[in-house]
Amino acid sequence: MPAISFQSVSKTFQTARGPFQALDGVSFDIEQGEFFGLLGPNGAGKTTLISILAGLAKATSGTVSVLGTNVNTQAAEARKKLGVVPQELVFDPFFNVREALRFQSGYFGVTNNDAWIDELLESLGLSDKANHNMRQLSGGMKRRMLVAQALVHKPPVIVLDEPTAGVDVELRQTLWQFIAKLNKLGHTVLLTTHYLEEAEALCQRIAMLKNGKVVALDRTDELLKAASSNVLRFKLDAALPPALAAKARVTGRIVQLPAHDALEIERHLAALREAGLNAEDVEIRKADLEDVFLDVMHANTPKETV
Amino acid sequence: MTGWRALFYKEVLRFWKVGFQTVGAPVLTSVLYLLIFGHVLEDHVKVYDGVGYTAFLIPGLVMMSVLQNAFANSSSSMVQSKIMGNLVFLLLTPLSHWSWFFAYTLSAVVRGMAVGMGVLLATALFVWQSSALNFSLLPQQPLWALVFAFTGAAMLGALGLIAGLWAEKFDQMAAFQNFIIMPMTFLSGVFYSIHSLPDFWQQVSHLNPFFYMIDGFRYGFFGQSDVSPWLSLGVVGVSLLIISAVAVNLLRIGFKIRG
Repeated sequence: MPAISFQSVSKTFQTARGPFQALDGVSFDIEQGEFFGLLGPNGAGKTTLISILAGLAKATSGTVSVLGTNVNTQAAEARKKLGVVPQELVFDPFFNVREALRFQSGYFGVTNNDAWIDELLESLGLSDKANHNMRQLSGGMKRRMLVAQALVHKPPVIVLDEPTAGVDVELRQTLWQFIAKLNKLGHTVLLTTHYLEEAEALCQRIAMLKNGKVVALDRTDELLKAASSNVLRFKLDAALPPALAAKARVTGRIVQLPAHDALEIERHLAALREAGLNAEDVEIRKADLEDVFLDVMHANTPKETV
Repeated sequence: MTGWRALFYKEVLRFWKVGFQTVGAPVLTSVLYLLIFGHVLEDHVKVYDGVGYTAFLIPGLVMMSVLQNAFANSSSSMVQSKIMGNLVFLLLTPLSHWSWFFAYTLSAVVRGMAVGMGVLLATALFVWQSSALNFSLLPQQPLWALVFAFTGAAMLGALGLIAGLWAEKFDQMAAFQNFIIMPMTFLSGVFYSIHSLPDFWQQVSHLNPFFYMIDGFRYGFFGQSDVSPWLSLGVVGVSLLIISAVAVNLLRIGFKIRG
């Protein structure tokens, strides 16, 4: 039995400009104990898919189940098995950290939960904030509080919708260590993130969404293998020759060009020399998930928008 | 603690934490009404035989506070959670629509009753100060008073829940409160006996369910009222059932809270 199963999930929103299809026949399963990444650009449908999973929205068609429980027809049972960390940084300003966790626990019918609440606070570095009002917490603390609220009923399946947005590097480490520990203990984790290096480091399998469709779904190492194996990276102060610019990923001064072999690298460098440009800090690295991601997204760009 | 009790307790604690504003302020408002209207109108308005105007006014003001604050509690809690986004913490839980309904409605009853008791206790000062007032803080028929306070508060709590689900912005909520709740409570006979009104307005008043709540509650205090308390109970009971059915159904379909 899969931890999460999406079967032909479609969702159409009625907007002022007519219907908008956010999800178009999404199907895949996440096995129990997996650490699964859901990637895609803004507007790809990641949050819509998670909202349907969490019961915050209804699918127009298709079925979603959590550990065999249908999220629509057996909503209460399905929600008990899910711990969802929402993307928006929301909080209830009336209560302090401990009160908020006790209430959240109570909604799930879990009483006398203080030992687990203390453990959560400790693991997420919030112990000294237990009696602080939610308003007094910094952005990063509020984010970790969202994680604590999602885990308060010890759900077997954990869903994190961009949990590290706005969290500093050190806290991100703490958070991931904790989530990885839960995963080792047998919790299934579904993660959406914009930090592709995180997905690469943590996720065993990855699905990529674009325009509401699954455009890639494989083990992380297989996805990396399939990508153009190497990347030529250098710094440049001038504009690239047009032939290279079409293939390059440019971030300020940093230029990155996909290259399959030594010959292609030589050709790239020759093109620069002919244009009279001097590349600095030249290096060759292995392709990472970001390269895979960009490859997949470009390959699936509808022709008319190119 | 089963799910709905956690939500009920959360909703009670929510208003209690800001009790100065949610209980203290409405008590003060009601006392001001009593001071001013009682002073100006005591010798000018005739209500029931043997009941002075200020004494007549007290139960009306108590009940008006109960109703307005019950409405304010569920409506403001719901609309704030929607706009702040923290309603998601509830939407993610297995709580049923019945749990939501009972938690929001009963916590609204608690707030309404707390303010009502506050107003009643504050009027004790007037009773103690003026022997001419001739008002007993203990209702003659306490059970009637309690029944109307409870059903009235529950109906307004459920109505507040509907308004909170419907409103997307604070100004829509303010409109609901100012253009529906306020006129209906003010025109319900809090400040006058409807027998003093022209025929037409008497008839209109009989269409206002708030009139029956006030009138029934007042019967609990004086054993006198404009209409029979049984008729009032029937009207209030049926209104409560209708409003509750609407509220429960809106929660069941996730009206404006689930996409």
